[in-house]
Amino acid sequence: MQAWFSQHRAALGSALRRLGASPLNTLLSLLVIGIALTLPGFGYVILDNLRDLGQSASGVQQISVFMQLEAGKKDVGEIESRLRQTASGKWRFVPKEEALKRMQASEGMAEIVASLPRNPLPDAFIVEPTNTDPQALEVLKKELSSWPKVAHVQLDSAWVKRFDAFLKLGKLALTLLAGLFAAGLVAVTFTTIRLQVMAQAAEIEVARMIGATDAFIRRPFYYFGALQGALGGLLAAGLVIGGLRLLAGPVADLAVLYGGSFALRVPAALEIGVLTSAGALLGWLGAQLSVSLSLRKFDHA
Amino acid sequence: MIVASQLSKRYPGGYEALADVSFEISAGQMVFITGHSGAGKTTLVKLIASIERPSGGSLVVNGQNLSALRRSALPYVRRHFGMVFQDQKLLFDRSALDNVLLPLQIVGFSRREAIRRAQAALDKVGLLSREKANPVALSGGEQQRLAIARAVVNRPTVLIADEPTGNLDSESATQVLEIFAEFHRVGVTVVVATHDQSWVDRYHPNVLRLDHGRLV
Repeated sequence: MQAWFSQHRAALGSALRRLGASPLNTLLSLLVIGIALTLPGFGYVILDNLRDLGQSASGVQQISVFMQLEAGKKDVGEIESRLRQTASGKWRFVPKEEALKRMQASEGMAEIVASLPRNPLPDAFIVEPTNTDPQALEVLKKELSSWPKVAHVQLDSAWVKRFDAFLKLGKLALTLLAGLFAAGLVAVTFTTIRLQVMAQAAEIEVARMIGATDAFIRRPFYYFGALQGALGGLLAAGLVIGGLRLLAGPVADLAVLYGGSFALRVPAALEIGVLTSAGALLGWLGAQLSVSLSLRKFDHA
Repeated sequence: MIVASQLSKRYPGGYEALADVSFEISAGQMVFITGHSGAGKTTLVKLIASIERPSGGSLVVNGQNLSALRRSALPYVRRHFGMVFQDQKLLFDRSALDNVLLPLQIVGFSRREAIRRAQAALDKVGLLSREKANPVALSGGEQQRLAIARAVVNRPTVLIADEPTGNLDSESATQVLEIFAEFHRVGVTVVVATHDQSWVDRYHPNVLRLDHGRLV
């Protein structure tokens, strides 16, 4: 067991020495890997923020339930009772008198409202469901429509659907982009390790002939690939956080202009960990492929 | 200890380097493999050290039939041998000490213990004072002694050398062969491939004489 630890420590040390031996090469490789991971990482965080924005934007998830004009207090009470039982989320009652007052308050509407022989507006309920999934909203809308004395149920579902479709499209594009950049990262590590194997051909040949196992020869390259990938992942996380910090101010200003407030969410420690681990895993994979192919020529026996 | 029976080696392309070679080397013997250039000495040395595998026949070392071993088992067999290569195969990107440390790292010694053993091996071949020197700064004789230190640092049961005096002047060659003789005196089996008959006359070892891949 001590020999195992000793060999792993030596392999890790060897990988670190190789990283430090040519700082410029290492820096350039890290930049390539970092940028390759930054783009999907940044895309993921932006999509996540957009999803948050979609969920918090007022009006998007509201369902307006308009009663029939002849509906009385008893009918309103019945709807209230049903909402209490079934609807998860918030809801409030807007009496027809309040609706008319609001209409009167609107610019240019006072005279028109005054000329009307009677209040044309119905009583209404504004429902804000907890579950804002477009399909769930559609189901809820259907149910509300079937309730007694309900004249019309209005859900801005088209907007919600478009937004959801956009998020899905973004997610798919991001997955494809991540796949491409992951392949790029593997290719970068593959080439770097291949060059290292060629540069260390003498050592590998001697080591093989005096009793080194495949694992002993491969281990430092695996550590190198994984370390390079992990450092690239950390760099990517730094770039994503930096980019979001730069955007935070303008986004907040924009939100104020729309009468709301919104703060961009930066990646959490777990997400940074995932990005770093993904880098390490892809680096290890590139090293594994490269070493397997490159070491074939050393197989004498 | 080393038993070869109808051993043969044919390389891709059809060249037959060894044919029908049978011999037996007992533990603690000093054996010289002699023959002209191209006689098959290096091939035989590589087969014994399990660097290459025979095409036919059997080669049993310490009770293990090398011909039948799985590829993954070969590294562990190679660790029983100390190998001094014809071209030394020293690593010129590191110090003499680091060259000698390599076999110990392969086995998995702790750094401290590995350094202690490597320094002892360097001391044995008279190179302790040059432990920090790069092999390129060493003379031909010193390089060969460094190669011997690397070969013996794991305390092998068999020390194998392929033309260890080939590129050395007479004085350095004598020093190198004296080191082999010393290991033989303490019980290590020593197998030396050489084309130089004068060493045979001087050390009177057991001799395996090869001619065109056959034992004569």
